[in-house]
Amino acid sequence: MIDPFAVLTLGSTLFILGALGVLLRRNAIIIFMSIELMLNAVNLTLVSFARMNGNLDGQVLAFFVIIVAAAEVVVGLAIIMSLYRRKASASVDDARIMKW
Amino acid sequence: MIPGAVDKAWLIPLFPLAGAVFLLLLGKRAGRAAGPIATLMMGAAFVTGVVTFVQVTHQPAGQRSFVKPLYSWITSGKFHVGADLRIDPLSLMMVLVVTGVGFLIHLYSVGYMHGDPRYPRYFAYLNLFAFSMLVLVLANNFLILYAGWELVGLCSYLLIGFWFERRAAASAAKKAFITNRVGDFGFAIGIILIFVSVGSLDFDRVFGAIPGLGHGTVTAIALLLFAGACGKSAQIPLHVWLPDAMEGPTPVSALIHAATMVTAGVYMVARSHVIFDFSSSARDVVMWISIATALMAALIAFVQDDIKRVLAYSTISQLGFMFVALGVGTYTAGTFHLVTHAFFKALLFLGAGSVMHALGGETDMTKMGGLAKKIPWTAAVMIAGWLAIIGFPGTSGFFSKDQILEGAYVTHHYTIWALLLVATVGTGFYMSRLIFLTFFGKSRLDPSVHPHESPPVMGFPLGILAALALVGGLLGVSAHSGALQHWLTTPGPSAEPGSTLLSAPLPSAPEGHGGLSAPVLSTIATAAGLAGVAAAAFMYLGGFDWARRRERPGILWRAARQRLYVDSFYEFLFTGAGKLGATALAFVVDQLWIDGVVNWVGKGMALLSGAVRRVQTGYVRTYALGILAGGVMVVGLLVGRTH
Repeated sequence: MIDPFAVLTLGSTLFILGALGVLLRRNAIIIFMSIELMLNAVNLTLVSFARMNGNLDGQVLAFFVIIVAAAEVVVGLAIIMSLYRRKASASVDDARIMKW
Repeated sequence: MIPGAVDKAWLIPLFPLAGAVFLLLLGKRAGRAAGPIATLMMGAAFVTGVVTFVQVTHQPAGQRSFVKPLYSWITSGKFHVGADLRIDPLSLMMVLVVTGVGFLIHLYSVGYMHGDPRYPRYFAYLNLFAFSMLVLVLANNFLILYAGWELVGLCSYLLIGFWFERRAAASAAKKAFITNRVGDFGFAIGIILIFVSVGSLDFDRVFGAIPGLGHGTVTAIALLLFAGACGKSAQIPLHVWLPDAMEGPTPVSALIHAATMVTAGVYMVARSHVIFDFSSSARDVVMWISIATALMAALIAFVQDDIKRVLAYSTISQLGFMFVALGVGTYTAGTFHLVTHAFFKALLFLGAGSVMHALGGETDMTKMGGLAKKIPWTAAVMIAGWLAIIGFPGTSGFFSKDQILEGAYVTHHYTIWALLLVATVGTGFYMSRLIFLTFFGKSRLDPSVHPHESPPVMGFPLGILAALALVGGLLGVSAHSGALQHWLTTPGPSAEPGSTLLSAPLPSAPEGHGGLSAPVLSTIATAAGLAGVAAAAFMYLGGFDWARRRERPGILWRAARQRLYVDSFYEFLFTGAGKLGATALAFVVDQLWIDGVVNWVGKGMALLSGAVRRVQTGYVRTYALGILAGGVMVVGLLVGRTH
């Protein structure tokens, strides 16, 4: 059996990697993938906690997250597509029109 | 038991109200029928009044006061105001004067206002006025009286400004209304004070409770009520509106500003005489203010050239006479003079209107003269009114003015008596001046003017009023045994102490023991009036060249011409200071304060948002960092709390 602490360490490492990706990268696709990485890191943590507590609550929540993430992919990719069509670029810095 | 006609007394004010509502709804469509309709309504009200009067006279003396409740107007806790009618000798006397003289003036107006573009509206207002005045005199409590009081003020405003295209008429209407507000403000406070100290506004209860109140309270109530009377009855310092009110049509001046509305103050003080009886200091104030008014108005009347303005100042002066009578405590003399004054002053005003009608609207007496031959009927009735007002023996004014002087003498107000004599000389002078300048001497008419006598519809009411002015004095030939005095002083149902039904008869002139007997006093008063006539005859009929003398005016003449500078002073004090204060307020409060606060709030917001909006960079990364920082902070707080 895998040590839950190791799983939690893996989950938080992946989360931090995802967060750094969101903050540091400019390509919208990469940022998007980083967000997915964060979501799945959370899923991992949830499942691990469920295991530790011996009930299914965390697993159920993980399924919800997967579903929401799937929906988010649909919307997010569509936004990135239309952004690319308009600006001929997928860099988020080029979508800087909503500012003072 | 209430006699039938008293039970139906609500019909008296209803007739003119119906006429006013009908004519106002019909508007211009009423056309030429408006005059006869309104006159008919007044006639009906007068007949109802007479029937009621006759039935009340058949009641045994002492049971002639009735209260006819119509409905409950306001009920709130202990505060109750009923729409009740009070039928008693005093209110019936006023009803007969208002409807009787009112009817004649309506009839006269049919001829006088002939051809006016707003003919129906005029009669609607006139009927509305009659209704309001009847509400005022038939009221059984101070609040209804106040309602009628304000309604007549409104009608006065509407009718003074009837020809509102003329700037002078519109301003005069406003002046009358605003000046009256000052007095009415005092009146309203007086009514509130009555309610606070008595707990009711019904006449019977209030007058029953007055003896139990402190002297200071009663004096305050009396003075506040008199403030209202000062406004309505044009006494110093609120007299300034009445001369300007002559901008209205002449029958309006006759009805509202001579015969009825301006005497409302006299009526109200006579009605509240219980209050004034309990405060001799308040009565002294009334007495001195009114004698000053009588003298001042007579002085100004000496130098007026406008025929209506002479009559207006004469009205102020005569109202002063009435208030002097009330002030010395001879209420019957004051109310008697009210009645006779209604006859002869309405007559004089209508006669002046007839003169204006004959001359195509000319009011300047220096451009008249010698009219007696051209318009003999008008001249004859005006002379009848003149004889009455100067107190020629046998006429109505002789008896009523005589009783006022006698009352002042027998109550030992010798200074007042002497001043009244001076005012009587003045009355004789300015009225004779008016008659001599208008009807006698050489004609100074514009050659293009061709005087013509007024139509019978105007001449007839003049004749009736002339007859009343000449013989109306028979109503009250003596202060002690006159019919009117007896009628007014017959006590109502006397009540045991504490009863709410308190009769309020007018006290008759006290039996005095002055040094001079009544006939001697009477002779002196008549001689005073005739002395004024003689002086006027010397100046305006004899060889005296008044037109040339006027080129070198004395200081008093100029002051009187300028209305003794009272109007200028008010203009300086209220208009000038008011404008200055308003300008200061407009700058300091409005521009600096209100606008300043609003502008600085706006500027502050702009500065703040200018700083804060820099946060929105448009870089997604920055926002994400913000979210992360926030999330870390929240988690940190939660973790920190659990440990």
